[in-house]
Amino acid sequence: MADDRFPAPPGRLWWGLRVWWMTAAMWTRSALAYRTSFVLMTVGNLAITAMDFVIIAVMFHNIHSMGGWDFHQVAFLYATSSFAIGLADMLVGSIDALGNRIRQGTLDGIMVRPAPALAQMAADRFALRRLGRPLQATVILLWSLSGLRVQWTWDRMLMVPGLLVCGTAIFVALFVAGSCLQFWVADAAEVQNSFTFGGATMIQYPPTVFARELVAGAVFGIPLAFVNWLPALHILGQSDPLHLPAVLRFASPAAAALALAAAGLAWRAGLRAYRSTGS
Amino acid sequence: MALIEVDNVSRTFTVRSRKGRLRREKRQVNAVDGLTFQVAEGECVGYVGPNGAGKSTTVKMLTGILVPSGGRLRVAGVDPSRDRVRLAHRIGVVFGQRTTLWWDLPLRDSYEMARRIYRIPAGRFRANLDRCLELLDLGPLMDTPVRQLSLGQRMRGDIAAALLHDPQVLYLDEPTIGLDVVSRNRVRQFLREVNTERGTTVLLTTHDLTDIEQLCSRVMVIDHGRVVYDGGLEGLHAVGESERTLVVDLAEPCPPIAVEGARVVRVDGPRQWLAFPAARSAAPVVAAVAAGYPLVDLSVREPAIEDVISRMYAGEVAAPVRVG
Amino acid sequence: MPLTLYGSVARGSFRRYATYRAAILAGAFTNTVFGFILSYTYLALWHARPDLGGYDATGAVTYIWISQALIAPVCVWGGGFQDDFQDRVRNGDIAIDLYRPVDLQSWWLATDLGRAALQLVTRGVLPMVAGAAVFRLRLPHDGRVWAAFLVSVMLAVAVSFAFRYLVSLTGFWLMDSDGVRSLAGILGMFFSGKLLPITLFPGALGALARVLPWSAMVQIPCDVLLQQRTGGALATGLGFQAFWALVLLAAGRAVQGLATRRVVVQGG
Repeated sequence: MADDRFPAPPGRLWWGLRVWWMTAAMWTRSALAYRTSFVLMTVGNLAITAMDFVIIAVMFHNIHSMGGWDFHQVAFLYATSSFAIGLADMLVGSIDALGNRIRQGTLDGIMVRPAPALAQMAADRFALRRLGRPLQATVILLWSLSGLRVQWTWDRMLMVPGLLVCGTAIFVALFVAGSCLQFWVADAAEVQNSFTFGGATMIQYPPTVFARELVAGAVFGIPLAFVNWLPALHILGQSDPLHLPAVLRFASPAAAALALAAAGLAWRAGLRAYRSTGS
Repeated sequence: MALIEVDNVSRTFTVRSRKGRLRREKRQVNAVDGLTFQVAEGECVGYVGPNGAGKSTTVKMLTGILVPSGGRLRVAGVDPSRDRVRLAHRIGVVFGQRTTLWWDLPLRDSYEMARRIYRIPAGRFRANLDRCLELLDLGPLMDTPVRQLSLGQRMRGDIAAALLHDPQVLYLDEPTIGLDVVSRNRVRQFLREVNTERGTTVLLTTHDLTDIEQLCSRVMVIDHGRVVYDGGLEGLHAVGESERTLVVDLAEPCPPIAVEGARVVRVDGPRQWLAFPAARSAAPVVAAVAAGYPLVDLSVREPAIEDVISRMYAGEVAAPVRVG
Repeated sequence: MPLTLYGSVARGSFRRYATYRAAILAGAFTNTVFGFILSYTYLALWHARPDLGGYDATGAVTYIWISQALIAPVCVWGGGFQDDFQDRVRNGDIAIDLYRPVDLQSWWLATDLGRAALQLVTRGVLPMVAGAAVFRLRLPHDGRVWAAFLVSVMLAVAVSFAFRYLVSLTGFWLMDSDGVRSLAGILGMFFSGKLLPITLFPGALGALARVLPWSAMVQIPCDVLLQQRTGGALATGLGFQAFWALVLLAAGRAVQGLATRRVVVQGG
């Protein structure tokens, strides 16, 4: 039948990634149509995301330690959290425009194309300027690593890039899962901010400053603790306010995989609901 | 075998409405109810009905966006709701005023993107694009950003984008709405060509009777989620007893014109409006007026589709009618 | 009477925003979550330095919840009328607006005041109630303090509006004011005192933050309600807000004039 006219579809995941890439490239070209704006914004964002860290610097201008963590240690939390959410935001963050697309009816245009809706939506309004945040976080991370008093064994060294990857994956999952809410309540876009950006703010600070219920929620509920808190306990040799089994400090890859799987299921459920309820 | 098969399809929506301060009422609404029709390969069908009749619900189900609540649906042998992505290769969709072109990029880039998303082989892509560019006169616009195109140019661009992958079925939602006369004619001419030369099956929703007159051999009227008429356009005129209007400007105010086969519905100074059956030619009426009155200018107004349909109801034609 | 016209514009906007129930609840929820997170970090901070920046721990936590209550009405992060306005710049409808008999800036200001009023009584009150349920807050009993606070909030909205209007006007030249908006948002969060009271900022940074317009958006209204500003300080605070409101509104008017002359209409 008609399918013979087209090359066999490549693997699902690979095809999804390629669609993401093509869509992101088109948005970048669109942004380049306004070149001045593009350059100005990229440079501006790089400079200005640093202000975030100034807040923590101001805090430590007034105190020496927070909940038993010193400036470099908190900077490590800040940098890893900021890197993970910044990169995830660049990769899939604009999926939060889903509700808008549903309201305007433009999601339909996406759904009649022979490509995964998730890949198209994740790259929707892709903005390269969002690279500013992970870049700035990298600088802070290097500064923090240079000042940490840590015995750099091989496992600790491996865990740093590992937690950046897993942390980004966890935030990607949170962005996707959070946006799925909009399939049911189209203008609830802001709720996901409390899990993504709110969560990222929380894990910039040591777990010791928060109520135990909040920390437990970040371990067993929304897996924010696996982004940096738990692995940092091992890397920095800090003590765990909840006295959880030490194995959890190495469980970030498993948590990330679970979170991604859950987000994928949520997306499928959301899409099914959209297609069976209309809008 | 029919290309589009719709068999007893229904679609229910749950509508929540506020009742009082806190209480909410849930109500089931049948957007489409017991819808049954078939479209053969190569047909060009006009799908009309008042707003809220279930037109867009039907199109959403046929494109696989919306899952039906009941009944059976097949497009090109594919169950749209189960196999949306496979179906996507076989259908082209143009959503009226919501463009799917890339707003800030040259037209060329949108087509290049379509080539990659639909994985169209290079040779076929080239041939299809050239053909569309020529027939829709888009060649000179290829390097213009879409945001700078006029509505008519953009619509032509959208139609071309929907055809590059050789779809078997083309769905069009109000393809001529808001267009100027030149663009409108070009779009119609092109669609006719696509339908007759390539054999692409076309299903279009429209409020413009001329679209249907010039393109469609068959009209389906849907109302309250059911097909209330299915047949040729002439049959629709007859069934609805619709009327066209002849607007005449006379040299001076005259008493209401009295000619056979037409009646005056309005007089405003030297201008008079005469209604006559849409199925009949305007020529004898015009000739009679010109013979007896100081005629300066005239124009003929087509009946609006809503008009035709509302007359159908006034004539108590409620049961599905299959004509010709 | 133009004043009654703008009054009805504001009322219309108030009612329009009242219909976005899910968005209001979602926003209030997010403000509350952020309020919790920041409250704990502030408690840790003030635990280490009990009278930091002139506040005690209770005052500092109260500061958080007031600023969370203000974030939506004052739009520190940007938003409000900006989406509608930028859409109109983008699709060219703004050209029609520029030739209307009403004053463009006043018209949008009226819509923004209507929006702010609705959001103050919804997204302002809800997080405050949630915060008061969990943390010990210090809110005044004196009606006059509340009255002064309301005046201060209104001026804060005016300053914020005037600033956002300038940001959105860049759309006439940059075609993509979203980038400027995100920059303005980050600057606003930092210098308004939303993330940390600017009384904690050291030396020159603190001196700079105190004179920039953003401190009129969060820091000053918070200090009014916390009674950190009374008597003469209250008057200078409100005066400072009024000063920036007028300066920025005037600047907006000037830039609007330039934009009118330019009117690069999209697609035309």
